[in-house]
Amino acid sequence: MTSLWRLPSGRLHPQVVIGGGVVVTLLALILGSTQGAYAIAPSQLLSVLGNGLLGGSTSSTEHLVFMNIRLPRLLLGLVAGAGLGLAGALMQGMFRNPLADPGLIGVSGGAALAAACAIVLGPLWFASLGFTLGSWTLAVSAFIGGGAVTLLIYGLAQSSGGTRVGLMLLAGIAVNALAGAGLGFLSYISNDEQLRNVQLWLMGSLGHARWATVWLVGCVVALCTVAAMALARPLNAIALGEAQAQLLGVPVERTKRYAIVVTALAVGSVTSATGVIGFIGLVAPHWVRLVAGPDHRLVLPGSALLGASLVLVADAVARTVVQPAEMPLGVLTAFIGVPLFLLMLRQFRNKL
Amino acid sequence: MAAELSRRQWLALAAGAGSALSLPAGWAQSAQRPVQRLITVGGAVTEVVYALGAQSLLVATDTTSLYPEAANRTPKVGYLRQLSAEGLLSLRPDAIVGAAEAGPAIVLEQVRAAGVRVELIAADHSFAEVLRKVQTVGRITGREGQAQTLATQLKAQWAQVQSTVAQAQRKPKALFILSHSGAPLVAGRGTAAHALLSLAGAQNVVQQFEGYRPLTAEAMAAAAPDVLVNSTQGIEALGGVDAFWRRPELALTPAFARKALVMMEASQLLGFGPRLPEAVSQLHSQMLKATA
Repeated sequence: MTSLWRLPSGRLHPQVVIGGGVVVTLLALILGSTQGAYAIAPSQLLSVLGNGLLGGSTSSTEHLVFMNIRLPRLLLGLVAGAGLGLAGALMQGMFRNPLADPGLIGVSGGAALAAACAIVLGPLWFASLGFTLGSWTLAVSAFIGGGAVTLLIYGLAQSSGGTRVGLMLLAGIAVNALAGAGLGFLSYISNDEQLRNVQLWLMGSLGHARWATVWLVGCVVALCTVAAMALARPLNAIALGEAQAQLLGVPVERTKRYAIVVTALAVGSVTSATGVIGFIGLVAPHWVRLVAGPDHRLVLPGSALLGASLVLVADAVARTVVQPAEMPLGVLTAFIGVPLFLLMLRQFRNKL
Repeated sequence: MAAELSRRQWLALAAGAGSALSLPAGWAQSAQRPVQRLITVGGAVTEVVYALGAQSLLVATDTTSLYPEAANRTPKVGYLRQLSAEGLLSLRPDAIVGAAEAGPAIVLEQVRAAGVRVELIAADHSFAEVLRKVQTVGRITGREGQAQTLATQLKAQWAQVQSTVAQAQRKPKALFILSHSGAPLVAGRGTAAHALLSLAGAQNVVQQFEGYRPLTAEAMAAAAPDVLVNSTQGIEALGGVDAFWRRPELALTPAFARKALVMMEASQLLGFGPRLPEAVSQLHSQMLKATA
């Protein structure tokens, strides 16, 4: 089935994969910007957007709603999805295991534990600190927690022969279980209000989006994407086996270390801003590999684009399906992504 | 449907039970014209709107607003701790009045930035909290007169209830059980239920911890409550009064011997709204009767 679009292997042409990914992401962005509880007609949307880009400002409610609420939320969804998809591809490449996801190295678990600490114990700690980070407390705690737990798991996986990936996997599972227990304990000692807040945080939401968050997370994810692209070729070599990669002259140890740092930064910054959004990091890379093959030069950017599209579509549903109320995003990413993914699996069942 | 109902009731209760004093008493913006489109988030605040006859201004309420019955038929903006900025603005409100735990803070900030008055009423589980709700809603809806009348009525009612409670010969040892979902929890210090028990002249047997916790059968026996208090919804969730008394952890309590149970509708019991004096008065007399 060779054509303009496909390679002889039946996989999509690299340009088609990236071009298609960009188009799908743009479509998701457009879809997202037209959807919302507050009705804004497409024509109004254009004038608001034009106005916003030219630096002009009107004080119409539509302008306020779009520029201050919906647009930052869309962009946060874009960078969050991209960060999660990218991190998923990195982890599956590094572990050479399609079941790997960023959660495995402890970023999400650590972030969740630290966020719960901030919610439940924060009032005690920060009162004695004498200063406060205000509304950033939760995000900063989550980011630090994610980084610290990743470091711990990385440290546990060190052996005389360098980082042992199998060891890291096991240490990751164990430390995540410990973080889960910590979370359970914090839920137990929390009061009703704190418990609700912990639960809502664990379900993830883009509802906290504001411009400062968008810029911060956006910059981190952009840097991570650039760094990840530099890891694409080494990861391709590692796919052959670590020993083989070593023989090919690939700095295996350094690649693994960078992959972990990039993943921790991307997932840590995203999670600290949105709470836990599961499933994207696991599924986006699979999906891309199914259509584009295992070359990380395609899988990495493809997963970022697909992750972004998935989060944007899921959030468009989250914002509108029970309007004027809102569904937790973490619930919807799975509800929307899983059936599509299963469909895909069925389509390609003979090629896996 | 049953599951849905019990979840909403749980939310209502959770809202009532949320712990105290997280915010200053609202961000009052000085003398403004009365609002035309109002959203309330918090069961008791919604109740006050109906009590003042201002329900024609209501464009939406939250999922904890279950009383009066008519409040269930308004559009719902979701759970009061998980509001959506666009969702709120899509109803084009002039003002949002809510319980202190309404949020997230960033959403309220965005709504305020769009020119909507947002007032949250501090909670401290007291009669003063009820009066604050009446005054705030009265001021916002331009029904100061009605609010004044209602406040006077409530104060008179409250004074009477308080003197009845003060004249009581004894303080029953009571335990509040929260059982809307999953394992039953008991109310410790710092909860709406704790405040309610002491207002109604009872002594909460759980003094060791704050908040709602599960209590083991042994601890239950050691606490030795003479009377148990639960909401009608909580008893329903456990499968009725008979099923409630069949629970093994209750068998060793003094309350079990005479089946001393007082139950009341959840939003009245824990809402700290205009039905508080009535709730306290009923709770007081029923607890005394059950332990007589």
